[in-house]
Amino acid sequence: MTDHFPGYDVLRKRRTPSWDERTRQAINDRLSVPREPRFLSPELFAILAAACGRIIPQPPDRPPVPVAAMVDTKLFESKRDGYRFASMPEQGEAYRRGLRGFDDAAQSLHGRRFAGLEPAAQDQILASAQKGELDGPAWQGMPSKMFFEHRLLIDAVSAYYAHPTAWSEMGFGGPASPRGYVRMQLNRRDPWEAAEAKPGEEDRVRWENEHV
Amino acid sequence: MSDPLAAPRAIQGRAPDVFREGGWVEMREFSESEAVDFVVIGTGAGGGPLITRLAEQGFSVVGFDAGPYFRPLEDFASDETAQNQLYWLDERIVDGENPIRMGGNNSGKAVGGSTVHFAMVSLRFRPEWFKSRSLLGYGADWPLDWREMWDYYGKAERALSISGPVTYPWGPKRPRYPYRAHEMNGAAEVLARGAEAMGYKWSPTPLATVSAPRGDSPPCVYRGFCRFGCSTNAKQSQLVAFIPRALAAGAEIRDLAMVGRIETGADGRATGVHYFREGRWRFQRARNVVVAGYAIETPRLLLNSANDRYPDGLANSSGLVGRNLMTQSNQAVYGSMKDEVRWNKGPPSLSITEHWNYDDRKDFFGGYCWMAQGPLPIEWVTVLTGSLGLWGEQLRERMKNYNHQVGVKMVGEMLPNENNRVTLADETDQYGLRIPRITYSWGDNDKALVAHALDKMQTSMELAGVRDTFQQVDDTNHLAGTARMGSDPRSSVVNADCRSWDIPNLWVCDGSIFPTTGGVNPSLTISAIALRTADRIKALADRGEL
Ligand SMILES: Cc1cc2nc3c(=O)[nH]c(=O)nc-3n(C[C@H](O)[C@H](O)[C@H](O)COP(=O)(O)OP(=O)(O)OC[C@H]3O[C@@H](n4cnc5c(N)ncnc54)[C@H](O)[C@@H]3O)c2cc1C
Ligand code: SF4
Repeated sequence: MTDHFPGYDVLRKRRTPSWDERTRQAINDRLSVPREPRFLSPELFAILAAACGRIIPQPPDRPPVPVAAMVDTKLFESKRDGYRFASMPEQGEAYRRGLRGFDDAAQSLHGRRFAGLEPAAQDQILASAQKGELDGPAWQGMPSKMFFEHRLLIDAVSAYYAHPTAWSEMGFGGPASPRGYVRMQLNRRDPWEAAEAKPGEEDRVRWENEHV
Repeated sequence: MSDPLAAPRAIQGRAPDVFREGGWVEMREFSESEAVDFVVIGTGAGGGPLITRLAEQGFSVVGFDAGPYFRPLEDFASDETAQNQLYWLDERIVDGENPIRMGGNNSGKAVGGSTVHFAMVSLRFRPEWFKSRSLLGYGADWPLDWREMWDYYGKAERALSISGPVTYPWGPKRPRYPYRAHEMNGAAEVLARGAEAMGYKWSPTPLATVSAPRGDSPPCVYRGFCRFGCSTNAKQSQLVAFIPRALAAGAEIRDLAMVGRIETGADGRATGVHYFREGRWRFQRARNVVVAGYAIETPRLLLNSANDRYPDGLANSSGLVGRNLMTQSNQAVYGSMKDEVRWNKGPPSLSITEHWNYDDRKDFFGGYCWMAQGPLPIEWVTVLTGSLGLWGEQLRERMKNYNHQVGVKMVGEMLPNENNRVTLADETDQYGLRIPRITYSWGDNDKALVAHALDKMQTSMELAGVRDTFQQVDDTNHLAGTARMGSDPRSSVVNADCRSWDIPNLWVCDGSIFPTTGGVNPSLTISAIALRTADRIKALADRGEL
């Protein structure tokens, strides 16, 4: 879990030619997404938050990403994907069923709520969903594999990797308009891109990253 | 700044000037009660050039699009998520053995259609594909001659200022591309290495983004967000390349205008379209109606327009409207390199090999090409979750290797099959219209082609020094079929002029008319056919045959 890009913060470029006004606005909106659920009930939201925490764990040393709140916002704003598998209900209903299904599994395996389980026990339930092994009244026939793979997993990681914290952590250049890139070849870095630290170079790289 | 989705922008005699912040251009407006020569439904790869050329030839034309009229300089964020605004995200049900994922994967909803977010790859068909039944033994013949298409490809390439190499390594001679090829990025170079190691030719990809200034378009700045809308206007989408020409020639564009039904009269001919705009249903009279809504919305509209006279939908005496839907196989091989590739820089597909489109030594029908890749973070993470099933700490660690990833992705030909189709579901959408159900299953030939391609791509990546390779086995993109052209009314929906067999003043001019889909991206062929159709319409009009 080493930091590959020490000192790199994509938000530092916010006022540079890599970000235009429209982009600043879009990212500001994202950073200020309400942390309280607006679509799911507090009870279901707690299950979602616990599941998201396992699917895409928060980085130890960068600002946290409100993954569950971003997913809830997608549901609240009814932002759809443009298609629905015939075996799946509409997205809000899919979450209601699937999250309850996780809770039911937690109750029957451990006699506790999903959100209160140890991480390893939560992982086990998520892994069962991924394999399509969860079933029961809460699911109402919705395949747990489909819910996990095509709903929860995609929504959670799409939220996380839409966040500047994730871009900084992975060394992604982030927004690039109007200024794009100049050095296109292998192993060439533009001065406004993240520098990667090889062992022993952390200090120099940190300096570079503080000047993107 | 106004919200492009809140209210139409092309009203009151003016439309947005896409090249100037806050600017406007004059737009002619037609009355609803007087029949215009042409109503065109959809303003994308097919509709855009058709509207333009019809207007330039003196016809009165109104182009409808359900999507908004974007101002790229102001409305396009440099961001994957925010740019979901470009896609057709209304509900569609997908089923079959291999359900097609829709949305951002294949359909746009905007003035300019899917070309606003397309990846700009602009390729010609291999000539034999226009006669694949008689020359290659599969699919169906097109009623078009490749030599005529070669001319129209040239016209489309000039209109779109395609940047490409001086000599293209495959197929019959073609003129040099109007603009010089783009510089290759690291990912494109790795494709070239892999191709050479296999003994294949490769080429910089012909792309619809300018490598030098053109009018109000500045050269591409290699930001790499092409699939999420080009905020600089370097990309030659229909919104930028054709629609401004259409307005200048006197066409009207109606944005945020969803056509729900085509009306027919006592004589069985189309009389106009019912459309929803500014909160109410309206009717535009027309002497001709052209459907250019792409391979899902086109058959949906024809089927939703069923009436007493045409109970199975319009133009559907063959029963083929909605059938023979084709997507293209879009599998990939990815891996890591020691080098920093930084594949997000520049347009995503800067190099290509069409080797297997032109080499017939294989035991299945159809061909494919592959291209360099540069997925942005969200697309990339969904590849990792979808192909490797990764999540948790493992996924986060893998994502940190983003700048070292590299890969190639195919565009492969899937064969037409009547059972792959678009039908109407009982559910309705926000306009009260029945939504489409899209049924798709791969055939044995499709699977054999994919297996061949994955094997070759994998070998080439390994020979190029790529490690930890893995395959993305389930992706598809691009759509075609569902209103195929042909020379027999019993086995096709439209003729070579894109005119429906059943209703002489009803036309289809978009990706739906493809009888086969070939092993290259479709838009240039769609646009070339649209240019041809406009010329044919003029010729028919001059002879009094409209
Ligand atoms: C991410 C992505 C990348 C792509 N990259 C490439 C590429 O690199 N090269 C390539 O050749 N192709 C590419 N394609 C495919 C290409 O964009 C399409 O094949 C092409 O645009 C289809 O043209 P069309 O005219 O048939 O439809 P479209 O361009 O999709 O236009 C149809 C328009 O009709 C409108 N419409 C539909 N129904 C109605 C209605 N009832 N009322 C009003 N309006 C309606 C829609 O809003 C839409 O704007 C890509 C597609 C995607 C999604
Ligand atoms: S890379 Fe070029 S074509 Fe793509 S979005 Fe940027 S400027 Fe536009």
